[in-house]
Amino acid sequence: MKTKSAAWGSIIPYKNNFVMMKYKMHVLVCGGTGCKSSDSDMIAHNLRTAIDQKGLTEEVQVVMSGCFGFCEKGPIVKILPDNTFYVHVTPSDTTEIVEEHLVKGRRVERLLYKDPQRDEIISDSKHMGFYKKQVRIALRNCGFIDPESINEAIARDAYQALGKVLKEMTPQQVAEEIKKSGLRGRGGAGFPTGLKWEIASKSPGPEKYVVCNADEGDPGAFMDRSILEGDPHSVLEAMAICGYCIGASNGLIYIRAEYPLAIERLKIAINQAREYGLLGKNIFGTDFSFDIELKYGAGAFVCGEETALIHSMEGQRGEPTFKPPFPAVAGYKMKPTNVNNVETYANIPVIIMNGAEWFASYGTEKSKGTKVFALAGKINNVGLIEVPMGTKLKDVIYDIGGGIKGNKKFKAVQIGGPSGGFLTEKHLETEIDYESLTAAGSMMGSGGMIVMDDSDCMVAMAKFYLDFTVEESCGKCSPCRIGNKRLNEILEKIAQGKGTIEDLELLRNLGNVIKDTSLCMLGGSSPNPVLSTLDHFYDEYLAHVKDHKCPAGQCKALMQYIILPENCVGCTACARNCPVNAITGERKKPHVIDQAICIKCGACVEKCKFNAVVVQ
Amino acid sequence: MEKVKTLDDLKKLKEQLKSTIELREKSNNPESHVQVKVAMATCGIASGAREIMSFFMDELRKRNIDAIVSQTGCMGYCYAEPTIELTIPGHEPVVYGNVTKAKADEIIEKHIKNGILVDGIIPVTYQNINKK
Repeated sequence: MKTKSAAWGSIIPYKNNFVMMKYKMHVLVCGGTGCKSSDSDMIAHNLRTAIDQKGLTEEVQVVMSGCFGFCEKGPIVKILPDNTFYVHVTPSDTTEIVEEHLVKGRRVERLLYKDPQRDEIISDSKHMGFYKKQVRIALRNCGFIDPESINEAIARDAYQALGKVLKEMTPQQVAEEIKKSGLRGRGGAGFPTGLKWEIASKSPGPEKYVVCNADEGDPGAFMDRSILEGDPHSVLEAMAICGYCIGASNGLIYIRAEYPLAIERLKIAINQAREYGLLGKNIFGTDFSFDIELKYGAGAFVCGEETALIHSMEGQRGEPTFKPPFPAVAGYKMKPTNVNNVETYANIPVIIMNGAEWFASYGTEKSKGTKVFALAGKINNVGLIEVPMGTKLKDVIYDIGGGIKGNKKFKAVQIGGPSGGFLTEKHLETEIDYESLTAAGSMMGSGGMIVMDDSDCMVAMAKFYLDFTVEESCGKCSPCRIGNKRLNEILEKIAQGKGTIEDLELLRNLGNVIKDTSLCMLGGSSPNPVLSTLDHFYDEYLAHVKDHKCPAGQCKALMQYIILPENCVGCTACARNCPVNAITGERKKPHVIDQAICIKCGACVEKCKFNAVVVQ
Repeated sequence: MEKVKTLDDLKKLKEQLKSTIELREKSNNPESHVQVKVAMATCGIASGAREIMSFFMDELRKRNIDAIVSQTGCMGYCYAEPTIELTIPGHEPVVYGNVTKAKADEIIEKHIKNGILVDGIIPVTYQNINKK
């Protein structure tokens, strides 16, 4: 057996003692939060052990990479150069992968991805519907490099854009280039990034700040987390570029403490960059100095709003204040501050390297480049995707997302989180960009896309988002604090079957008042889920208030489970599984549910093999 | 750790580090590279396929040829191991049998560099079901 090599990971000593490993194969194991929670650490460990036992340590490199995006199928193991994509890998599969694939060169068929629509096995990720239509710019290094190795990032051109701006461009030229690229804020509002930088650069003052907003709070959104976990150097580099552009030497990343892995990798990345002198004093021998520190948030949704974020960083309560003054004029410690979101920053280095025209060649007239979306809900391929702006909603849901789970019918997709709205079947042809989403009554937001099928009740969905906003409202202004609470109570009343037609009008009026009068965009957008469901699914609201029925069968107060005597064979499966003993009946005779006892948990429906239990 | 003092330092460092992820870069579009697949089943390994694979990897790199060297399973030509399948972009794959280091050298110099077929080709005796 060969001796153990110290170079298991991918940290390769720099310069003179540079060890050239001749790896024949690279095994990439997803090290994103999702796959890690499914034991991907153990998978990597077992792979290394098995590889060592076979004496292949010097031939096969095992790398913990960032997220591949295909979270539905995680944990994922990708083997290169043959691009084999293994899905749902468990730690016990590793021996077989090593013995069959790495030693004998035979793919382990049972772990390959199977296309659910065409029922065929696809081994190469490039041929999967999920990846085919994606264009990965912000996610370019996620699932490709080891995020804990600055060397791998440098091998992919990290920090060259910083070198380029310091050597060849003036701060004005940098702002001009970003403006020309058409990049707009990816955090939700879509403000032109170059313009934001220009305003901050023109604000007078010797002390300025560059802030990265990593307070990702939308339910179901995890694009920023994945970028920080998979490619932290792209964000650090972009912040330094911004520092040069606006004249700041301090960077701050405001990140929520619920993202421990992202924090860990950011810390490693910052230290590595400092060791190489890519952060710190006199970068690339110029008189530009820049360093970055982390500030932790406690995970309040409102702190994603830039003024609240700044107050939280200052140690104040995370509450927004009225704008103007904008942070670009008086931000952190009342000094000029530029705040951008993680995904926005991740686009910057490639724009500088490849040019504004290259970036602007993707996308639509007013929305350039790509956007990362987190696909979630009733969709086959839950995960993280990046598509050019202008991609049709239908392509995202059916081609990339693989369609609706269980072949059910598509009902709606909620885009933009608690501030966004719902799009329906008639919007499937919509080409996704900032303007078209707003025109359709939704918004880009940070890019969460939650898909619903016909078993989802829209009143319940609106209430779900409103519950979230009520919880997350900071309470500073009354429209948001009191108004949303009242909205939520009306929705609850409707879900209980006690709503009236007047309530629907009240919902709309109150929603509009909250929108118009709230202090910040949290309140200003919080009624959107309610208003947009009222627009698109008014019939469903009517069914709740007039017929006291929930068409989707989700509002428990409005439905009951009954047993159809003609289908029931009296097998007793339902009665035995009822947690509250609400079902009675003799063996081999139709059973009955006592509605007074039933808690509507649905256990009987799942257990019945004869379709005898139905919702009414 | 030594500091990166200039942009040129960074570019040099990048050049040095490039090879560490080269294999991953090439896998993104294998069709556009010369591909050498070495049959590495039991019969292949017993006949010295591992050395041949290392030889190809080392020599192609030394001679500055952009190629992907990978291992594959048994191609069925156990009588002629080690076997390799060579694919030049835009051409049909060609299988060579009984590949020694000397033969490998000849394949690199003549076939890969100049597109001249050399002795030792095993004619195609099967249909690949992946091809339509």
